[in-house]
Amino acid sequence: MTAILQVKGLSAWYGQSRALFDLDLNIEQGGVTALLGANGAGKTTSLRAICNMVRRTGTTTMDGTDISRRTTEDIVRLGVAHVPEGRGTFVALTVEENLRLAFHIRRDRKAAERDMEKVFAYFPRLKERIHQQAGTLSGGEQQMLAVARALMLAPRLMLLDEPSFGLAPLIVQEIFRILRRINEDEKVSMLIVEQNAALALELADHVYLLETGKVVMSGPSDMVKNDETLRKAYLGY
Amino acid sequence: MEFFIQQIVAGLTNGAIYACVALGLVMIYVSTDHINFAQGEMAMFATFLAWAMIDAGVPYWVAFGLTIMVAFFGGLFIQRVILKPLENAPVLALVVCFIALLSIFNAIAGMIWSFTIKQFPSPFPSRDLFGNGLVSAQQLGVVAVTLVMLGLLTVFFRYTTLGLAMRAAAQNASSARLMGVRVSWMLALGWGLASGIGAIAGMLVAPIVFLDPNMMAGILVYGFAGALVGGIANPLGAVAGGFIVGVLENLVGSYIIGNELKLSFALVMVIGVLLLKPAGLFGRVIVRRV
Repeated sequence: MTAILQVKGLSAWYGQSRALFDLDLNIEQGGVTALLGANGAGKTTSLRAICNMVRRTGTTTMDGTDISRRTTEDIVRLGVAHVPEGRGTFVALTVEENLRLAFHIRRDRKAAERDMEKVFAYFPRLKERIHQQAGTLSGGEQQMLAVARALMLAPRLMLLDEPSFGLAPLIVQEIFRILRRINEDEKVSMLIVEQNAALALELADHVYLLETGKVVMSGPSDMVKNDETLRKAYLGY
Repeated sequence: MEFFIQQIVAGLTNGAIYACVALGLVMIYVSTDHINFAQGEMAMFATFLAWAMIDAGVPYWVAFGLTIMVAFFGGLFIQRVILKPLENAPVLALVVCFIALLSIFNAIAGMIWSFTIKQFPSPFPSRDLFGNGLVSAQQLGVVAVTLVMLGLLTVFFRYTTLGLAMRAAAQNASSARLMGVRVSWMLALGWGLASGIGAIAGMLVAPIVFLDPNMMAGILVYGFAGALVGGIANPLGAVAGGFIVGVLENLVGSYIIGNELKLSFALVMVIGVLLLKPAGLFGRVIVRRV
């Protein structure tokens, strides 16, 4: 398998304090990679560093193109869609406007209109709420909207920051089912950050374990799933 | 009764101009949380440019259009060159920067065109419109120009993806970036629009108050009052606020306190609104589920 995104020696800082230490990651084309770890392990920071939203060093290469020094906007325009922590909803815009925002950077209007239909097929609930202010949606619906917004960018790689955060188990299952379908049907590669390790291991085919800003283990998710000591030591179940 | 209606019409005319100034202030406030104190002087400077063009023989409406364009790019330029490097500066530094801009524009205008007042032509005749002494063509013209501008802006913000991107950037900058929106350029565009709107206000008010480098000082206070009365974070509210201030100012001025205290009345309104309804009459506190 070839890598869609290669990360080498990635370090990141918040002010004076260092949050990431020389991270190396390989995100496989078409696959789902999970970043697991406890609170404060640097999962969210890794995603933010890839998108140049924090001060960082190291190289990130997307399909052979060095994107280490590109702006966040440019990285997004190159096909990396980041579903941020906290969902990033535009609360005073309607659901439709949240999605139509993608038209701003899409040159292919017709394809974008088709993607809109596709998004509503994945998330029929959003279609029911199309003219509603996004701030009035429930948490689960806002998470769906965040994924839908990312999908509207026609990305090749999706970065998902804790899509299960604060949601009821049933909703979480629904969202993860849809994520799997998106991965399979749209051929979108994914890098997912999760607290809920069991859930992420189901979806992912490759796993990185993070502890205090360093990769402590990586391997196929089946290996982690079946290794009880590893699970107990790092994932707490 | 006739006098009363005349005062209302005059109030609406002034209100249209205050609405433009208020809208310019709000445009910058919603995306950056700053009040551009130089808004008035920028408008004044643009009006002088228009005056110079008309003086050189350029037809009025050509000069009008050109001035708006120059003001737009001037605003864009100011944001890119002066304010972008200050993106992470403390608020106080920005306030000082705005005040510096204010006095720089004022001084340069005085240097080039002198501080003596000049007559600025109006494209609308001052004759009475319906033969009953109530509405003049000039007044109707001012209100019409304002309404056309408001209509165009509404279409822009509501129906174009660029307008949508600007709204998104103003609401949630980091999330907008993640949608590929170049937020910093959206701010620049906001400055350009605010500056263009200001230029319109300047050119509309100049025939009434005469053109000189200090002509916008009072107008900016009224515009500020309008923005606050309507809700500083709400463009439509700011426009409504501008009209409300214009009408009230005129009525209170002619019936109660006299013309000399009109400007103070605007300030009283500012204080009153801030005390009683800090978000403005039409300002909403955004409700959201968590």
